[in-house]
Amino acid sequence: MKELTGRKIFKGKAQGETITTTEDISFYGGCDPETGEIVEKGHQLEGQSVAGKILVFPTGKGSTVGSYVLYALSKAGKAPLAIINKSTDPVVAVGCIISEIPAIDQIDIEKIEDGQKVEVDADKGVIHIIED
Amino acid sequence: MTLNLTKEEQEMLSGKHGKATQKAMEIITTLGNIYGAKRLIPVSSVQIAGVSYHNLGEAGLEYLDEMAVDGQTRVLTTLNPAGMDLMEWKKHGISEDFAKNQQRVVDAFAKMGVVTTCTCTPYLIGNLPHYGEHIAWAESSAVCFANSVIGARTNREGGPSALAAALTGRTAEYGLHLEENRDAEVKYVVEAELRNTDDFGLLGYVIGNRTRKSIPYISGVLKASTNELKSFCASVATYGGVALFHMEKVTPNVTTIPETTETITQEDLEHAREKLDDEKADIDFISVGCPHASIDEIRHIASLLDGKQVADGKTVWITTAKPTKDLAIKMGYYDQIEKAGAFLVSDACCAVAPLKGRFTGLMTDSAKACFYARGKNDFKTEIRTVEECIREAVS
Repeated sequence: MKELTGRKIFKGKAQGETITTTEDISFYGGCDPETGEIVEKGHQLEGQSVAGKILVFPTGKGSTVGSYVLYALSKAGKAPLAIINKSTDPVVAVGCIISEIPAIDQIDIEKIEDGQKVEVDADKGVIHIIED
Repeated sequence: MTLNLTKEEQEMLSGKHGKATQKAMEIITTLGNIYGAKRLIPVSSVQIAGVSYHNLGEAGLEYLDEMAVDGQTRVLTTLNPAGMDLMEWKKHGISEDFAKNQQRVVDAFAKMGVVTTCTCTPYLIGNLPHYGEHIAWAESSAVCFANSVIGARTNREGGPSALAAALTGRTAEYGLHLEENRDAEVKYVVEAELRNTDDFGLLGYVIGNRTRKSIPYISGVLKASTNELKSFCASVATYGGVALFHMEKVTPNVTTIPETTETITQEDLEHAREKLDDEKADIDFISVGCPHASIDEIRHIASLLDGKQVADGKTVWITTAKPTKDLAIKMGYYDQIEKAGAFLVSDACCAVAPLKGRFTGLMTDSAKACFYARGKNDFKTEIRTVEECIREAVS
């Protein structure tokens, strides 16, 4: 079992399947707050939903209102199970805190593949890749 | 962890001061950790953004309600513009539904002890920090004004992080709170002639687009009024994310002068104007007051409109803060403006009100207003002087 270590952004544990992108995400305007679908035109994840997944992306971009989009997803039951970043930006960090989504950054995200089953322990800042 | 907390701050984090304060402290300490802060510092003033129900939505409102259960501000805290004039919304064509929800947002903030000013220019109506004071402000134009023109110290906060600072009276010490991060990085020599607020907006557009978040040192601006500086701040923050600039003989901060020098010519300014002017813009909406108009600007606009009549098919919004509107009522400016068929709108602005679909072309003196009119509302835009805007309105 492969282990990756990073830094805790917000506490919590989660286990699930990854959805990965090498492009930054703007939650405000880029993600449907009711369904979790990425709607930014031309984005790698356009048309796919982040709901119930371990979401892996480099960092956030765009308006600070993005924090509230993560909160809306969480209230609608469409939030990611956990967030893994290369470097978490303030908009995503604040979004995770107010929505209580476990989050870790300072991870070499290229080492995580799309659709892998992983276990996230944000308290320790550790990710276990269970299956390839 | 390198972030050191006092006993009181640890208690806030552990929940001893209630749930909202705990959540707020989690936000402050997490941002502190991300940016490598060593400690938290007290702030004496907060400005919160994310007030328009149009931007916030039901989820944002739900979060505010949750925080309002036991959250109370510890320092002077004021609010950004809402999506409507809180008193006269009906005659501006805002729906009952929107008005009800917007009022719920304002009520949630009021419950927490926030002074519900609803303006992007808090420094004009009583939230005025002094030089060197540590504050936590959202609203990019006000952040830029506070850091640069006043010499106070703030990072660019978002809505939730500004609220968190209000509820804890703290922010993490990083970024623009630290002297070493406030030095100028690139010098601009302005050769262009700057006559009005629209020219200062165009200058902000040019520098913002070239600078992209670095700290400019600007020379060659011979004089600048407070109104012109607020126009410049709004524009340079919108187009470049600039949170701090230095202007020779105008702003108070001390800095070394960068060696890298760029020139800004009359041609650069004209080019910016072309970029903000859409071809075949059919102007049916004229708005002045982005950032919110000062009493001086309103006095001037009232005199331009006095005895005139706004043309059929055109709508005019002069946007300002409520205390400034009250003063305008007292001075008779409100009557002059409204008798001409224009609206003096308080608490709101053309960037955050739900206006999509209502108009096709905006004329304004504000480069920032052009950005939001295009991006959010799909309006075509033209940037002109205040005098030209009013002339267009009555012709």
